[in-house]
Amino acid sequence: MTVEPIHAATSGPSFRARLGATLAHRTVWPVLALALILIVDGFVSPGFFTIRIVEGRLFGSLIDILYRAMPTAMVALGMAVVIGTKGIDLSVGSTIAITGAVIAWRIHAGDSHLLILFLALGVGVLCGLWNGFLVAVLDIQPIIATLILMTSGRGIGLMINLVYGGTNPSFLSPLLQSLSVGHVGLVPTRIIVGAVLFFLLWLLLRRTALGLFLEAVGDNARAADLSGVGARFVRYAAYLISGVYAAAAGVVLTADTHTSDPVSEGLYIELDAILAVVIGGGSLSGGRIYLGATMLGALVIQALTTSILTSGVPPEYNLVVKAFVVIVVLLLQSKNARGLVVRLARARAR
Amino acid sequence: MTARIELAGISKAFPGVQALVGVDFKVEAGQVHALLGENGAGKSTLIKVMTGALARDAGEIRLDGRLVEIGSPREARDLGIGAVYQEINLIPTMSVTKNLTLGRQPRRYGFVSWRRARAMARERLARLKVDIDVERPLGSYSVAVQQLVAIARALDDDTHVLVLDEPTASLDANETDLILGIMRDLRARGLAIVFITHFIDQVYRIADRISVLRNGRLVGAAPTAELPSLKLVSLMLGREVEQVGERPKDRAPPADAVTALSAQGVGRDRVMAPFNLSLKAGEVVGLAGLLGSGRTETAKLIFGAIRPDQGRVAVSGQPIAGGSPRQSIRHGVALCPEDRKAEGICGGLSVRENIVLALQAKRGWRRPLSGPEQERLADEMIEALAVATPDAEKPVGQLSGGNQQKVVLARSLVSDPRVLILDEPTRGIDVGAHAEVVQLIRRLSARGLALLVASSELDELVAVSDRVAVLRDRKMVGEIAGADITRETIIQTIAGA
Repeated sequence: MTVEPIHAATSGPSFRARLGATLAHRTVWPVLALALILIVDGFVSPGFFTIRIVEGRLFGSLIDILYRAMPTAMVALGMAVVIGTKGIDLSVGSTIAITGAVIAWRIHAGDSHLLILFLALGVGVLCGLWNGFLVAVLDIQPIIATLILMTSGRGIGLMINLVYGGTNPSFLSPLLQSLSVGHVGLVPTRIIVGAVLFFLLWLLLRRTALGLFLEAVGDNARAADLSGVGARFVRYAAYLISGVYAAAAGVVLTADTHTSDPVSEGLYIELDAILAVVIGGGSLSGGRIYLGATMLGALVIQALTTSILTSGVPPEYNLVVKAFVVIVVLLLQSKNARGLVVRLARARAR
Repeated sequence: MTARIELAGISKAFPGVQALVGVDFKVEAGQVHALLGENGAGKSTLIKVMTGALARDAGEIRLDGRLVEIGSPREARDLGIGAVYQEINLIPTMSVTKNLTLGRQPRRYGFVSWRRARAMARERLARLKVDIDVERPLGSYSVAVQQLVAIARALDDDTHVLVLDEPTASLDANETDLILGIMRDLRARGLAIVFITHFIDQVYRIADRISVLRNGRLVGAAPTAELPSLKLVSLMLGREVEQVGERPKDRAPPADAVTALSAQGVGRDRVMAPFNLSLKAGEVVGLAGLLGSGRTETAKLIFGAIRPDQGRVAVSGQPIAGGSPRQSIRHGVALCPEDRKAEGICGGLSVRENIVLALQAKRGWRRPLSGPEQERLADEMIEALAVATPDAEKPVGQLSGGNQQKVVLARSLVSDPRVLILDEPTRGIDVGAHAEVVQLIRRLSARGLALLVASSELDELVAVSDRVAVLRDRKMVGEIAGADITRETIIQTIAGA
């Protein structure tokens, strides 16, 4: 049979049609939310958009937002991959805590700092292997499987601290600190690190077939398996990626405070990361991975936090205001909610 | 006589597709009206408009001559229009009672009164003369009983119009008789029944009137007696069909062809007794048997989708180690599963992504197909199998059932298999696509592909097979070859006579 396509007007798409297509595109809403937050900031605090050069590096609220968003963004990238397979990784905060503890431990033990950097990422690999084993091999539901490491991980961090008798041990490491709080030329290093990690993941997903496999497994694991995509291997890969990216965030966060604090380091970061993925248009029912939009999501969250702090609103209101804005962003993304607004507007116009 | 429900001039467009164009449709009380058409003809859209699940663009709906607006399925229900959709929308893990009373549980002091809910459930089933334990989970009953429960749920005291979308699609002959019997009962009680099906014989067994849709237009409506089946099929297809029933006489099983696949003593405890089966290149082997005889299980054991606990499978003499779908695909075996929604398509992924998936899996994740190459493969397949889609980027979940089936088939073909296993290739698709599938099977085997076709439709097996392996009670009980393959010999072998 044939399907008669409806032919668009010959003069090309109308403005309305183009507007409609633009609004339907998924990245519009996080971009719009970000722009809105920044515009409000511009009015509330003069000089918000000023970027100066202080002590040989860029300085200003916009740079600050990028700078502070990076750890969450790194975690969110890994989270986007896991969520794309219809999974979730609640253990990322604990992975960060263990990473911090291992860094402090090995620095006190006198290892080379470059080796320690790889050991830290190795922690991420181990955590990912563990989660992957539970989810992909034992077939435990992801939320439960990763809950195990989420609760035990901070305890493991504390136990590693105890190995050499310290609580919250601090350390000095020019190499790791340069990755976190240093700068290359004018640009803070962690922004570069974040950009590189984003690009690497994009390459891994979109310049190999891994992205397609991850999304196929997330959409319908049984169908993907019958098509010859080893669903088990693919799930394993997702948790491995999430572990490594959480560990990278762990390096940045630990080097920033140059202290291992397993109790509070990266606390609740999994929630911000999940939120970043969702604001970026990812669905918890799996099937799609949007890396760029996820980065935007992380920026939206940080822009919000920063602007609440700089706007003079008492910090006690921070969480509630954040929740409010997040609801607005999610409503904007919801087709149903947008339809409701349009219907109400039409009803009023009549 | 005023029609119980009358739709006039119904139109509905989706982005890129005009689904319905000025369709008139009416059903009188005490009448079964069969609604027929190919995949994507607009049947589902029409009943969704009728039941308020979709808003129409134009046209009007009258109930007993009175103009009505149906804004939602709930409003349709209040107006006395009940519907049972193709995919049963019930919850298998919940009890029959809960399924029947969900959303309208009788309450007492603000709490659900399960005693009254059970009574209500029994009463609803009694209308269909069904007597089952309403406390057992729905999933523990056969598909036929589940279908009856779905009908019972759709039937209120004041239901005047009942829409049944493919109610017999996954039932065997006895179960089908049961459902048709109940439809006769309901008709005798004065219900107006809309019956959507692709089983032509069932239409002639029960329908009083037939309407045929094609490409969103009503192309024919007549009392059943005035519409012979050949005429009906040609209306649906929009062209005269040649009969596909007969197996070409000149077709001989290739004698000197190499063995493409051999399964030696493959089986699994409780699933399927060990069997031997071999396929030569260019040969079509049918798997025949009743529902539950082990057709799907045989196909899946060979493919590794169910892991055999004994036996070996070899492709072109090379044993497949491990017995997983992944290994099978790499060795050049592909499977089109029976249940396309659960096992076939990735609904959120595009047509292109679905089509290249198996080939990509065969190549491995490190050797991606380039974008242009993916587009070329997808476009070729869309063209070759006549998949009705505006473009290759449309999510497969938005296509009609038969087109989804074609995408699953396209995926298998693109992976360039030596052996293709088709499990119920014509399930849920209409007569036209049916003939196309038969033609396709012949074309593929002529190109040297070995095909294993599991099917519940004997005519289809007779039309395509060089050999038929017959299954009974999860055992392979016989093999029929060449000119001996007829409906009768297969039935005799199944019956063990």
